[in-house]
Amino acid sequence: MEGEKPPMDENSLEFKPKIVGFLCNWCSYAGADLAGVSRLQMPTTLRVIRVMCSGSLDPKFPLSALKSGADGVLIMGCHPGDCHYISGNYEAQRKYNILKKLLKFIDLENERLQLEWVSASEGARFQQVVSDFTSKIKKIGPNPIQKKDEKAKKIIGQLDAAIHATEGFRLRSLVGREKKIMELGNAYGEILSREEMEKIEDEIIEDEFIRSNIVLRVERVPKTVEDIALATGFSTETVFKHVARLWKKQIILPHGYKKLSPMYIKAGGA
Amino acid sequence: MGKKVGAVMVLGAGISGMQTSLDLAESGFKVYLVEKKSSIGGVMASLDKTFPTNDCAMCTIAPTLVGTGRHHNIEILTVSDIEKVEGEAGDFSVTVIKHPRYIDEEKCTGCGLCSQYCPIEAISEFERGVSLRNATFVPFPQAVPLVYRIDRTKCIGCGLCEQYCKANAVNYSDEEEKKVLNVGSIVLSPGFETFDPSVKSEYGYGRFSNVVTSIQFERILSASGPYAGHVLRPSDGKHPMKIAWIQCVGSRDEQVGKGYCSAVCCTYATKEAIIAKEHTAGTDCTIFYMDMRTYGKGFEEYYNIAKDEYGVNYIKCRIPHIEEIPETKDLKIIYRDEKGEQKEEIFNLVVLSVGMEPSEDFKEIADKFGIELNEYGFCDTNYFSPLKTSRPGVFVGGSFSSPKDIPDAVAQASGVASKASGSISSERNSLVTVKEYPEEIKIGDEPRIGVFCCHCGINIGGIVDVPAVTEFAKTLPNVVHTEHNLYTCSQDTQDKIKDAIKEHNLNRVIVASCTPRTHEPLFQNTIREAGLNPYLFDLTSTREHVSWVHKNDPKKATEKAKHMVAMAVEKVRRNKLVHRSSVESEKAALIIGGGIAGMTAALDLADQGFLAYIIEKENVLGGNLRNIYHLLSEGDPQKELAAFIEKVEKNPNIEVFINATLESLSGYIGNFIAKVKQGDECKELKAGAIIVATGAKEFKPVGQYLYGQDPRVMTQLEFDKKLHDEGFSGKNIVMIQCVGSREKGREYCSRICCTEAIKNALVVKELNPDANVYVLYRDIRTYGFREKIYREAREKGVLFLRYTTDKKPLVDKDGDDLKVTVHNANIKKDIVIRPDVVVLSAATVPYEENGELGQVIKVPLTAQSFFLEAHMKIKPVDFATAGIFLCGTCHSPKFIDETISQASGAASRATTLMSKKELFTEGVSAVVDEVRCAGCGLCEENCAYDAIKVDEETGIAEVNEVLCMGCGACSCICPSNVPYLRQFEPKQLIAMVDKALEAA
Repeated sequence: MEGEKPPMDENSLEFKPKIVGFLCNWCSYAGADLAGVSRLQMPTTLRVIRVMCSGSLDPKFPLSALKSGADGVLIMGCHPGDCHYISGNYEAQRKYNILKKLLKFIDLENERLQLEWVSASEGARFQQVVSDFTSKIKKIGPNPIQKKDEKAKKIIGQLDAAIHATEGFRLRSLVGREKKIMELGNAYGEILSREEMEKIEDEIIEDEFIRSNIVLRVERVPKTVEDIALATGFSTETVFKHVARLWKKQIILPHGYKKLSPMYIKAGGA
Repeated sequence: MGKKVGAVMVLGAGISGMQTSLDLAESGFKVYLVEKKSSIGGVMASLDKTFPTNDCAMCTIAPTLVGTGRHHNIEILTVSDIEKVEGEAGDFSVTVIKHPRYIDEEKCTGCGLCSQYCPIEAISEFERGVSLRNATFVPFPQAVPLVYRIDRTKCIGCGLCEQYCKANAVNYSDEEEKKVLNVGSIVLSPGFETFDPSVKSEYGYGRFSNVVTSIQFERILSASGPYAGHVLRPSDGKHPMKIAWIQCVGSRDEQVGKGYCSAVCCTYATKEAIIAKEHTAGTDCTIFYMDMRTYGKGFEEYYNIAKDEYGVNYIKCRIPHIEEIPETKDLKIIYRDEKGEQKEEIFNLVVLSVGMEPSEDFKEIADKFGIELNEYGFCDTNYFSPLKTSRPGVFVGGSFSSPKDIPDAVAQASGVASKASGSISSERNSLVTVKEYPEEIKIGDEPRIGVFCCHCGINIGGIVDVPAVTEFAKTLPNVVHTEHNLYTCSQDTQDKIKDAIKEHNLNRVIVASCTPRTHEPLFQNTIREAGLNPYLFDLTSTREHVSWVHKNDPKKATEKAKHMVAMAVEKVRRNKLVHRSSVESEKAALIIGGGIAGMTAALDLADQGFLAYIIEKENVLGGNLRNIYHLLSEGDPQKELAAFIEKVEKNPNIEVFINATLESLSGYIGNFIAKVKQGDECKELKAGAIIVATGAKEFKPVGQYLYGQDPRVMTQLEFDKKLHDEGFSGKNIVMIQCVGSREKGREYCSRICCTEAIKNALVVKELNPDANVYVLYRDIRTYGFREKIYREAREKGVLFLRYTTDKKPLVDKDGDDLKVTVHNANIKKDIVIRPDVVVLSAATVPYEENGELGQVIKVPLTAQSFFLEAHMKIKPVDFATAGIFLCGTCHSPKFIDETISQASGAASRATTLMSKKELFTEGVSAVVDEVRCAGCGLCEENCAYDAIKVDEETGIAEVNEVLCMGCGACSCICPSNVPYLRQFEPKQLIAMVDKALEAA
């Protein structure tokens, strides 16, 4: 029977995931409306935030949601080719790829973030996506940030770094130019393959994540390379490589010594 | 000159009627949109996806549906028929009968309780009989108007719906109503019906449960269809793994009185096969066809993808009959394959690709409106005035004049709006209303929010504890007033909202009820009437997103509703005043190209009272039409052309620049500045709109089939001229089709060459009935009524020999003689012909200059260098850049009548913007924080609408609000979120996220 699914097993003691959904106004939000009109039952886990276009979703928002304790984040947009704004959903896909790569550096399950295409006629698909994602998050368990322990602190640090990275020019320009480089031809008229681009992206994302970690940690208090390595878990060699780079760019500056090691602080800080 | 009325009646509210209505209403005319069904939307609303882009049909049509439903100058009369028509062009009186709906349109809120409790079921027309509906119903969930209706033929009068309707909208004593509409013009776009295949008993439709029509199969494919998008067959609900399509059911079939081709079935069957395969991998799809007619823009490429990438089987064979296997209900088809061998195959499901036929009421419509129908029962039109009926003041749109696909229908629909308003343009803005609002009240810095929670009858209140949500809302920051109402959308609650704004000095309003997609404008209007800026509002959907989807868990549903109200509060507290800015438009259009497309657009715009500048690169108007000397019954092309040119040259509103090219274009919609070079002179022209009508040309196949080497080998246009200049006295002619079309490097079909070849063949037969004309073809694509001349040619003895691309015809010389060798694919034999002339049906190709022009006006091209429109289906004459339009063969190859329709369409789109006193910006647009902008230009690169640019002098990004569509792409690509989207600012979204995650 249409709409007559058995009641969800959501007993009060069980873990009830909190999911934030960013839905595009034109397709997915309409799909959610259709699920409603069709009375398709689903878990009460999702909190919907309507955005005009999935492509307009700043990559830092899903990360912020995870940092605020969301157990899962769903991004939904029009199917490829359907975008109301010509190609916004392709932009969403690009940003999502970047986010997924960033999540690899964070002690959070990659699956907590998911991108789905739901059209205005796919009420049933909306129901399915919400139900499946809820089950998946139930299996994974609560966002460890909620425990407020050491691990949670560490993850928050990682998420802060990831957010910082997504705000930076390097990642933004990479996403902003990806279409040009991979479809229209770069400055030389060459088209880069998916593999080549992936490789470049992987490198830049790792760089930016580590650098963001460093910058955030020396925002107020000066620290040595060793201090930073200890706090972030990266090797001293890696940290130093990036410290040197950030120094060169005048983003961080040396600020006194601790024994033989220079300490660094964010430019304009302290 | 008699009286003229600034209103138009549009009959039929499918995609065509809706587009016509929107264009007319946007150009300053009152529109009465009359529809016999209970909702607007027509056939397109019931399609799953649309070719050749596989866009979701509902996603593409929904903005048109909602826009039509909301437009304050379009009055929709549903469940209505025409009784009589009096008067004449400029001043008609149309009497409309509004049949009883038994549910009050004013009172019904569309909540659907009546239908939920209705015990009577009936076959759903919208679902084409594949599923059921209640006697109290709306045809589909997104119906416009969203007003229920009682099907009196089924209703048993049990009274339950009245009992459950909390809005007291049920009225069993509803009666027929008559309404007399006084209008200046009439547009008829009553659509079409699909052929009922039960008359072709050999296919077993109606007897064999697994034989369905193509439109039924659309519903089966649809995610909102009877099986929620699972492809299942009717006999046992199993996935059919082998599906066959039979083409031309009710088309190209004299036996059932349908001699014409329905023009869309080849491509839609291809689409259905692709989608079936996408639904269930491994599905075997076979299409049995006569000629594959994928003639439209992007269709041939789509067909190739279906064949080569999806593995859809195409078999050229007319299927005589279908047998059912009683045990399995599978279906047996016997056919002949390419090698001519008889084969037998079993299918789990057979789809009949049914044609488009005249609706039953076409005759009645013709009688009432006093117009002529053609021999097939469609509206009769003239080749050079395809939008006019035989009666002045009455125009035709959509499939009423001939079967056509959606983009052609939409282009024509805009075109007919131009024609219908052109003759009454003096009455523009005479009957439309402009809503007057009180001055906006000054609001304090401190937000004062009022929250209105809706029960929606028992739709929300039956699940969600609405009073508890209302109580909770009181505790939220800045909330100073709350209430809950049975129906927040009812007129009395609207008044209550206005009173509350005054009494409690509210400066923000939240409604917790249904979806903003349909109801936001209603509430925005209400608060504006009370003097509040309409953007100080938010609507959160506690019905679609809560009560309707969590009915088994009232407690958690209530909790979620509370969260949603809290999130809305966080958003609306931060909402700022938005005042849409406006610009005036120049009342002139620049038309690039002086062929039949450009001239038509110019004449239409001149009729509308605007100036039209035509720039033509040649030293004479006329374009390609100058090279066409023969048409059949359609008239004398050179005479028609001369008449066009004379009209253009005599028109005081049209200025023609010959030998002229566009040097540069700056500005934007409403205010373009074009530099036009004419000889050594450079002129500056100001225009509100630009129309690109640069045409295309015939390919010169030098080096192929001895073309360029032997004067007896020529193209169709050259042959046409030769026939005109010298006549023809030879004996044998060979015509070769698809020269330069449908092959590697130029994959598309040139659409016109089959008809052109047959036309020239018939001209030859006229001059010399004994001449032998051989047409060597791959598929004959005489779509629509053009099928008639194909039949006529065969009857007159023109010989059609099919070849395949692996064995192309060979043209060489045998001494002085031309010799053509062709392997006939039908009889598997080589045939040798010694013709007097060989005529090549060469492709229609785009001009090389398109690339350069595209860069000057900043519009995109397709892979084949034709111009690329904003949306293949729904915006066929608009470019994505606002204010620039296209028409004619620079869009894709097409016939003269199609070009004329499309050119009027482009003129209509330009009229909608130039006729406005002011062009308003989108409310939700990007804003730049100038202080923080570093001028990196990423925003500029990522804007699809050319709406944000880094100023060369200041180095700071600037938004052109007129062009901004409010997608937000610039905001999230900017390293500092310098551009932000109004009402979707980062701090608003972050605050909402945090609220969403708080414990309730």
